[in-house]
Amino acid sequence: MNPGVNDFSIQVATVNGSGSQTSNTVLLRAIFQMGVPVSGKNLFPSNIAGLPTWFTIRVSRHGWVARAARTDVMVVMNPETAEADVAGVGPGGVIVLNDQIQVPPIPDDRVVYAVPMRALIEPITHDVRLRRLVVNMIYVGVLAELLGIAEGEIERALDAQLGHKPKALALNHQAVRAGWEWARDHLDKRDPFRVERMSLTEGKILIDGNNAAALGAMFGGVTVVTWYPITPSSSLIEALIGHLERYRRRPDGRANYAVVQAEDEIAAIGMALGAGWAGARSMTSTSGPGISLMAEFAGYGYYAEIPAVVWDIQRVGPSTGLPTRTSQGDLAFVHQLSHGDTRHPVLLPSSVEECYDFAMRAFDLAERLQTPVFVLSDLDLGMNNWMSDPFPYPERPWDRGKVLTEAELAKLATFERYRDVDGDGIPYRTLPGVRDPKGAYFTRGSGHDEAARYTESPEVYARVMDRLARKFETARALVPAPLVEDDDQAEVGLITFGSNHWALLESRDQLQTEGVRTGYLLLRALPFTEHLGRFLARYRRIYVVEQNRDGQMAALVRLESPADAARVGSIRCYTGLPVDPRHITDEVLREERAAGAGAARPAPPIREGVVR
Amino acid sequence: MSGTAAEGPRNLAGFTKADYEGGKTTLCPGCGHNAITGGIIQAAFEAGLEPHRVAKLSGIGCSSKTPAYFLGHAHGCNAVHGRMPSVATGVHLANRELLLIGVSGDGDTASIGLGQFCHLVRRNVPVVYIIENNGVYGLTKGQFSATADVGSTMKNGRPNALMPIDCCAIAIELGCGFVARSFSGDQKQLRPLLKAAFAHRGTAVLDVVSPCVTFADHEGSTKSYAAVKQSDTPLHEIDFVPYFEDIHVDYAPGTTREVELPDGSHIVLKKLAEDYDPTSRARALMTLEEARTERRLVTGLLYVEPEKPAFDRDLGLVDTPLARLPLEQVRPPRRVLEEIMEGFRTGRGQVAAEGGG
Ligand SMILES: Cc1ncc(C[n+]2csc(CCOP(=O)(O)OP(=O)(O)O)c2C)c(N)n1
Ligand code: SF4
Ligand SMILES: [Mg+2]
Repeated sequence: MNPGVNDFSIQVATVNGSGSQTSNTVLLRAIFQMGVPVSGKNLFPSNIAGLPTWFTIRVSRHGWVARAARTDVMVVMNPETAEADVAGVGPGGVIVLNDQIQVPPIPDDRVVYAVPMRALIEPITHDVRLRRLVVNMIYVGVLAELLGIAEGEIERALDAQLGHKPKALALNHQAVRAGWEWARDHLDKRDPFRVERMSLTEGKILIDGNNAAALGAMFGGVTVVTWYPITPSSSLIEALIGHLERYRRRPDGRANYAVVQAEDEIAAIGMALGAGWAGARSMTSTSGPGISLMAEFAGYGYYAEIPAVVWDIQRVGPSTGLPTRTSQGDLAFVHQLSHGDTRHPVLLPSSVEECYDFAMRAFDLAERLQTPVFVLSDLDLGMNNWMSDPFPYPERPWDRGKVLTEAELAKLATFERYRDVDGDGIPYRTLPGVRDPKGAYFTRGSGHDEAARYTESPEVYARVMDRLARKFETARALVPAPLVEDDDQAEVGLITFGSNHWALLESRDQLQTEGVRTGYLLLRALPFTEHLGRFLARYRRIYVVEQNRDGQMAALVRLESPADAARVGSIRCYTGLPVDPRHITDEVLREERAAGAGAARPAPPIREGVVR
Repeated sequence: MSGTAAEGPRNLAGFTKADYEGGKTTLCPGCGHNAITGGIIQAAFEAGLEPHRVAKLSGIGCSSKTPAYFLGHAHGCNAVHGRMPSVATGVHLANRELLLIGVSGDGDTASIGLGQFCHLVRRNVPVVYIIENNGVYGLTKGQFSATADVGSTMKNGRPNALMPIDCCAIAIELGCGFVARSFSGDQKQLRPLLKAAFAHRGTAVLDVVSPCVTFADHEGSTKSYAAVKQSDTPLHEIDFVPYFEDIHVDYAPGTTREVELPDGSHIVLKKLAEDYDPTSRARALMTLEEARTERRLVTGLLYVEPEKPAFDRDLGLVDTPLARLPLEQVRPPRRVLEEIMEGFRTGRGQVAAEGGG
């Protein structure tokens, strides 16, 4: 294939609230339908309408889906950012320009296609408000013609988005056609970028992590959902509400679930814990600011040993500024959320499929371990569209943990809520409502003995704390293990977690072509499992890649294994944008050179043409 | 019908009074909260509650410790400061067969927990919500709470200058269907109010003035035993007739008002100085306002609206408690997942959205 075929990235610069999301989704979907791996990232402001927003579409025949910092095709629709947008395009790049927008002279080595958007949209509708929305379909038509996106695929994608609104569909379709025909009749193609059919997306789905998590929660059997709206978490619960309303009501309309929009995140987690205490599968979802409010209850849940699942779709914090930008800055805070000696299991999904899978596993873990379990996603994973194989139907039943039934309780001479009967640190519990009076107990925070009686005895307190530590050890064997890809010839080991996975895959490939072979470990949960120790021992130099300023995961890794700490380096990205693989590659190369690593011997890339 | 081998008469449910007792109190002798605990034990016994169908909830404070001292055969959850309402809401969502008894303090409810209290009431979550109101933070040694009256003094003589928050007025304002005020020293009034609250379906707020003998029983405190005895102005005398009993006392015609609760039990209010109508919100709020300006403590059933729909009705839940639903009912079949996956393959399952904050 020619270099420009199925290997480039498009950036659309518009203002938010202008309806461009539909246009961008149609473009993304049409390319996907042509069998070409694609990913879309929405870089949007914290605003409802009127601020600049960018949408990047990466087309990659190699299957790379991380954010590409380089823009090959820039669509300039926002006068306010036009100058910078144009300046961001390098030599050989393409600029599709709304000809109403004034821009400074553009160097000759960029290809400019000026499109008379206004003249094209005017005959389509007289409604000025509609024009503002539908004009975005003009660039869809223009790009389709320029890039060779099949007309039928655009139509199919458009129909999927707007088929339920026939009037809007017709109007948008007209606009696409107008752009298309104009481009066909007036533009000389002078760039190498094209889409050609492949068959790499056959059978695959495109879905955002929040929707995937919502599906996991529903199929995991959630019954109580509590929340307080916050971007980028809201769409998880909103998707869940949609699915539950559709698939979890009985024919008579009655619901076998409850969703409560709480007054704040303190109440949201309080309700989730109350429900968990009384035996429901409960969850809440939030982002950093909400996590901060949940701190006290998180510790309460830990000490009182109450299951609940808490999703944190991370964003840049705190408060105003970059709430709609992505980050992994909550890791350390969430892991030890609350005062006192707390440590929570944290699941770290890296893909939409893991969002789905971990949503189910989080319930099993929370109920098995009788403790709040946190799931750390992020804005990039949660709100952007990712390719995936369709999710498998859960084959395993659920695990409700050590809950004594009425019959089991009757067979026991005594019941003690916090006694470690099995030696795994996990006691047995009963649920309110059990008839047998010996099943009743009183739940408190830190001051209780094995029989849940009040005590402030130093010995008993220390004993309870030691058992909780034992329970955390038990958790190591229950949480999802890391994915490890060893390389016998590598001296460098790379570690990451969450959505960085995709950038890391690509970066490893780049590193290999630069002569640096790497082993790879994708962490999927805290506490760490034994795999980490083996991995650290195996490689000379380790780099932990993450999206926060201080290298929180690197610090946890060093703490876990002090003997290896000196060999654990840290590579961080904290711009609020999804990681660009090149950044990782450059940082590793710089560190490697600084470490005086052996002569670089370029090798072929690892996974040319591999779609994951 | 279970119960221990304890002595004494058995109630309708087959339990003796001992079945409603709990651990030994650790509060100060003479603390008003202990008297309320006694009232709850007696009222629960008389009402024939089945202990295992009760869940006790509380926040933090001396008052919030008391659920450990009654109904030892019921599960209990002593949560965090001011947040019992959210925990109670969650428990109710999981299992609405449970009768929830929530015990809180004035600091727990009116200071740190005011928001959660308001939202519990607004949702009308079925909880018997007892505020043990002493005007101070007992457990942190006597600081003012948000219910302290203007001019009331701390033990060191410092007066409170801020307007008190009246939890009953707020509850009525927010549409609560059962609002009462009482005094820990008036068991004759407290017990029937508690039993009526047990029978009410929806949030039932009982603000019970409960002197703190250690930090607020001095001269200058408006919530000392002496001050309350002096200012207490009952609106009516109260009898509670449970659904399983007939109204057997003959009341002189025109001297009582009766309120029927959905379970068939009756609240009988005997008129005192004036004929108080507890079904009028406006009247209730006016009465509270008058009492405030006259520095009186009005006690009794301030407001009742038995038919107000409770939270679970709003949610349209199935009858089985959510906590007990089997997997088959909460995991949709394979074909549903396939249908959804197809939607994400074609794009029909997902329509674009943007913006936020
Ligand atoms: C978040 C938090 N802040 C402060 C405290 C300390 N604290 C414990 S009890 C209490 C006040 C309790 O007052 P009240 O609810 O009136 O109960 P009382 O002891 O008077 O019955 C406070 C402030 C706490 N436990 N938690
Ligand atoms: S300090 Fe006051 S409120 Fe607390 S137990 Fe003693 S008397 Fe009761
Ligand atoms: Mg108090």
